Amino acid sequence: MQTNFLDLHELTVRFGPPANTAIDRVSFSIGFGEIVAVLGASGSGKSTLLRAICGLVALESGTVVLEGVDITTTPTHQRGVGLMFQDHALFPHLSVSGNVAFGLRMARLPKDARDLRVEEVLQLVGLGGFESRSVSSLSGGEKQRVALARSIAPSPRLILLDEPMGSLDRILRDRLISDLHDVIEELDMSAIYVTHDRTEAFEIADRLAIMEMGRLLQIDAPPTVESAPASDYVARLLGHQ
Amino acid sequence: MNTGRVRWRVLAAAPPLLFLGLFFLWPVTAIILRGLRPNGVWTLGAFSEVLLDSSMQRVLWFTLWQAFASTLICVVVGLPGAALFARYQFRGKRLLWSALLVPFVLPTVVVAVSMLGVFGSGGVSGIELDGTVWAILLAHTFFNYAVVVRTVGSTWSTIDPRLEESARVLGASPWRVFRGVTFPLIRASLAAASSIVFLFSFTSFGIVLILGGIQHRTLEVEIYDQTANLLQLDIAAVLAIVQLAVVSAVLIWFGRTQRRRAVIFEQRSGSEVEHLPSSNRQRAFIVSNLVFMALLLGVPLSVLAVRSFLTPAGWGVEFYTSLTDARSGSTSFVSPIEAIGNSLFFATGATAIALVLGLCAAWAIVGSNPVHSRSHSARWTDTAMMIPLGASAVTVGFGFLIVFDEPPLNLRTSSWLLPIAHAIVALPFVVRLLVPALRSIDPRLRDAASTLGASPRRVWLSVDMPIVGRAVAAAAGFAFAISLGEFGATAFLARPDRPTLPIAIYRALGRPGEVTFGQAMALSTLLMALTVVVMLVIDRFRPANVSEF
Repeated sequence: MQTNFLDLHELTVRFGPPANTAIDRVSFSIGFGEIVAVLGASGSGKSTLLRAICGLVALESGTVVLEGVDITTTPTHQRGVGLMFQDHALFPHLSVSGNVAFGLRMARLPKDARDLRVEEVLQLVGLGGFESRSVSSLSGGEKQRVALARSIAPSPRLILLDEPMGSLDRILRDRLISDLHDVIEELDMSAIYVTHDRTEAFEIADRLAIMEMGRLLQIDAPPTVESAPASDYVARLLGHQ
Repeated sequence: MNTGRVRWRVLAAAPPLLFLGLFFLWPVTAIILRGLRPNGVWTLGAFSEVLLDSSMQRVLWFTLWQAFASTLICVVVGLPGAALFARYQFRGKRLLWSALLVPFVLPTVVVAVSMLGVFGSGGVSGIELDGTVWAILLAHTFFNYAVVVRTVGSTWSTIDPRLEESARVLGASPWRVFRGVTFPLIRASLAAASSIVFLFSFTSFGIVLILGGIQHRTLEVEIYDQTANLLQLDIAAVLAIVQLAVVSAVLIWFGRTQRRRAVIFEQRSGSEVEHLPSSNRQRAFIVSNLVFMALLLGVPLSVLAVRSFLTPAGWGVEFYTSLTDARSGSTSFVSPIEAIGNSLFFATGATAIALVLGLCAAWAIVGSNPVHSRSHSARWTDTAMMIPLGASAVTVGFGFLIVFDEPPLNLRTSSWLLPIAHAIVALPFVVRLLVPALRSIDPRLRDAASTLGASPRRVWLSVDMPIVGRAVAAAAGFAFAISLGEFGATAFLARPDRPTLPIAIYRALGRPGEVTFGQAMALSTLLMALTVVVMLVIDRFRPANVSEF
């Protein structure tokens, strides 16, 4: 299994009381540079899956192996996994550059190198010159780009994206999603992209994972999922009759 | 990792809970034992003796009825003010809203002295009310007016005016609209404001001590007198128990009605609701309200400041310059000006203690994990932190006097005694300011920080602290202002050679002569200025989403 970039083995997360299984024995692997989209209705456990991978919720059982290293019990801040939140979660008390530089500061990068990297990353997401802007003055699309810049600035090998287009309108979404695809490819990262929107999922994914009620129903290349859905539910989720 | 967080939270709750146990529950327990078990035997003897004494019955009766009367007056004069702020736009509204708080945060001693400036002998009004119940009621109204206006006003301003308009269209007269629509919606906040006013008036100490003369005494004054002048600690203990019982009863009643009576309604933001006056009646309503506020709140404070410069020889700063000499033959051994230094010193200590413990408690209550924020231990800590609100400062001072005067913990001569007592009084306010601020932090910001490599300690330093920084500054200001003006506990605990400002003012009032009264006014003006400066700083830092008091 050493050839895989990330191995998830039988991940189970239970909340409660009352006992409520959020994700149930989910296993799959991701290759180097691969983008996997996780598609599911709300409440299907897809956000919890991301939080489990980066250590924000405790696992009841299962293991997370990143580049051959078991990180199941590693605290979140030492995992080096990037997470981009639904609705951005930008730090309101910091400027654009303060937000983007946050992870670099945590890594104790010297100031010059930090400034350089912030400039570079903001260029990459198309926000060159936005450094000193306050985050409250940004539009929805700009906030989304700052959130992306913030999570890629410390150069994580794996980035988790939780409905990153959640609050944007269609036109903006189409433009950003191809930008996002380019950025991930350019930085040679692997990514897990959670969404409830099938168009988004098909557009960005190398492989598509379908979740329902905490379980993984199918994971395959988009054309395979399209032509051979594993169950009626998957077919309905993709809009087949 | 979650269990780690929970363990930290328990650890964080320990220092404030220990502090509360040692410096509040122990002294209060000591008072109760002293009253119910005077000679090592449980007995109600002391109780019945005190309660059957006719002079004690008069004290109890007076304490009760003046508190009811003060509350009633505050509600009657405060409701129009609340309506004014809820419904109308006028110039200077924001400033006035903040300025209203000034009397409320003023030390009670300053309130009393400014009343004397207007209604004392030689007061500018020419009406002498010193020693009458009217002076007390007036001072309580002055002190608590803002509680009703601000508490009820902020609820009132969230009521959709279309509710009242629909009632009008359905044929209700303005009075019926108020009875049938507005009042039920503001009732919960009115009950909240009334209980606060009642409690403050019931446990009023400085105002009654100075303005009440010898005929009018509340339980607080009687406790102080029995302790400090008559050395009847057993009687004082019984009175303190009676006081605690009444206060607890009010708090429990209040908790019950809040739960039962609160009406949940859709809230509008203030800017949608308020409007400019459109008729002469409305303009007259605004103007008469503003005139009333100027008379009630503005006149006493201006008179105080002005008269502190009006010496027997004409305008001058003689009252201020005379503050620096420790005059031989006077009862104070130190110059009044030294009291300022003492007050600042004690207030700094009290603020430091209250802030550190308040932050620990708030963090334990909120936790860093929203799933746990409503847990039993969190709620328990929350309630525990509010307990000192239920006891008066005099109780705290009296309890300290009994407990910390002898081994194992003799703090009588320690300069920590006053800061600790003040911190106990300030702690509930500090916690109440910090908890909502911490709660308002989106938990995902902490998650984002930790995925970016921040350890729990660095999350706290780089996310929580900067965001709640404003609330921390406001809480610090509150603690500082409370300590500066604290009189009830201080009266028991201040050492004769280290008086605080309020104590120095009280001493100056106790000595006859125009110059010493002038000194009292000069010191009061200084204390008022200090408090106002602190409040202005708080107002700048006050987070918008934090509760009214």
